[in-house]
Amino acid sequence: MTLPMGRPMREIFGETVAAIADDDPRVVMLDGDVGSSTRADIFEKAHPDRYLQMGIAEQNMLGVAAGMATMGLIPFISTFVSFAVVRPLDQIRVLIAQTGLNVKITPGYAGLFTGQTGMSHIIVDDMSIMRAMPGMVTVSPADDVEAAQALRWAAAYEGPCYVRLVRDATQRLFDGTYQFVLGKAVVVREGRDVTLISTGTQTPRTVDAAELLAADGIEAHVLHVPTLKPIDVPAIVAAAERTGQVITVEEHSVIGGLGGAVAEVLSEHRPTRVHRIGLQDVYVESGTNDDLLDIYRLSAARVAEQVRALVGAG
Amino acid sequence: MTESPVGGVHADEITRLQEVARQIRLEVIKAVYHARAGHLGGPLSAADVLAALYFHVMRIRPDEPAWPDRDRFVLSKGHSSIGLYAAMALRGYFPVQELATFDAAHSRLQGHPDMTRLPGLDMSTGSLGMGISAGMGMALGARLTGHDVRAYVMLGDGECQEGEVWEAAMAAPRYALDNLIVIVDHNKLQQYGWPGDGPDGRIPPQVPGELVAKWTAFGWRVLEVNGHDMADILRVLEEAARGDGRPTAVIAHTIKGKGVSFMEGHYFWHTRTIKPEEFAMAMADLGEPLPATDGDAR
Repeated sequence: MTLPMGRPMREIFGETVAAIADDDPRVVMLDGDVGSSTRADIFEKAHPDRYLQMGIAEQNMLGVAAGMATMGLIPFISTFVSFAVVRPLDQIRVLIAQTGLNVKITPGYAGLFTGQTGMSHIIVDDMSIMRAMPGMVTVSPADDVEAAQALRWAAAYEGPCYVRLVRDATQRLFDGTYQFVLGKAVVVREGRDVTLISTGTQTPRTVDAAELLAADGIEAHVLHVPTLKPIDVPAIVAAAERTGQVITVEEHSVIGGLGGAVAEVLSEHRPTRVHRIGLQDVYVESGTNDDLLDIYRLSAARVAEQVRALVGAG
Repeated sequence: MTESPVGGVHADEITRLQEVARQIRLEVIKAVYHARAGHLGGPLSAADVLAALYFHVMRIRPDEPAWPDRDRFVLSKGHSSIGLYAAMALRGYFPVQELATFDAAHSRLQGHPDMTRLPGLDMSTGSLGMGISAGMGMALGARLTGHDVRAYVMLGDGECQEGEVWEAAMAAPRYALDNLIVIVDHNKLQQYGWPGDGPDGRIPPQVPGELVAKWTAFGWRVLEVNGHDMADILRVLEEAARGDGRPTAVIAHTIKGKGVSFMEGHYFWHTRTIKPEEFAMAMADLGEPLPATDGDAR
């Protein structure tokens, strides 16, 4: 039994920020000429006077956002992760993160699901980069429900933050009762044999993998970590103590990403062996979503296969 | 005392601002000499325009640095920070004595401007090319929030080699931001520059006319000014403040190291520190007796 599909986060993005702007005149949308892809066009339709086309010029766009924030506005950024993080990285660092200005870096196209674009558009290390930057909150929602809540949290938060969103429809993990809390991880499956720690839209697949493992008699404990920074140290320590074996699973580089973050936490607070499933120092090629999940071993079946081997190896 | 206006401004106001510019230069020399660090050529070339902005043109309240309706200033060429600090101190944002802490640990006067430390700084800068984008955001934000605010941005001419400058130059006219005024401190030298047959074996960052042609082509109103002629500076900045539907680029023709004879026109005074005998010469050039402590505490 697998988790059902939810709605694409990019539609949630356009709708949610438009709804926030209904009530808050300070909210503006800065678009790097991809509004028809990130669905900032939904916002544009609702608030044409506050949709600001910035053209294909992302360094300037992030700088403009900083300047607008000093005037009391709340800019949301519409572009792809590739052009929101690595291209204008210095602008984010000098003008937004160090200054603590109230800019919401909310790009779509996180992870592998980028419409078969290949290595230029698939950024494998955005969480590593953003969580390492002093002053930058880093959030990676699991599904459409959590994405909507994270965006509402971001609008209410006074300061810079990074909320990475996904282009395509992905599986829905949470129901309407879920409440995103910044810095809080959440146990999404109870188990006693092995601890799986996951983030972003990988978490639903990790939960599915746990169900496959259960069929083999392995009961996995699954912890979802939506906030990479500030990270939930007590929850990660408790999850490690639960089984004594930790495996991180992420649709992202294991270097500096969730795997790196969990290893940092546990080596300092409760030394535990950590295996890291995810992208292993690679650039990603173009391909269908299913093909990429298979190639990079992040489908539920592929994750289950790796966990089985690791548990079997003790 | 004269009653004859010069370009609409009384001559005694011109004289006052010229003296302010001289004071800025003195404070720049003293602070950099004391810190044994920092930049000289750029702050000295910018001093006259900074004096005009902070003492005549901008609508500001030094005793209320966060006043929402103030005009904004962004020093995009953040390495000239000491020039800005000197202007702000003389204008009353903080005590002039604090300039002695420039570049030192725990100082509010960081090597490059840090808005989180010093009230009155409208943006943190230092990585070149960024300030113009922030200034554009301020001008656009002022429009959206209904504030009559102008955003002034000072760029270096070497800085105009940064791609981000031209991203902003492309974008700002599309919003008809005539409350955005960029001043290019066109001192014709950058930190090191390309080798060639110019002064000291280096050539200027642009060929003559290049900046005017570029800003014009991007849809900006372009005004040229002698950046060391106070009456001319005031005339042009007042014209710039009268919006015509376009952002304005003021190309200020300046001399790097202006005011200190042996620094003028030499690229290597971008960052070189000052020896005691050079300090004495600089003071003499600026018409100032040597301070009793000779300005050097160490």
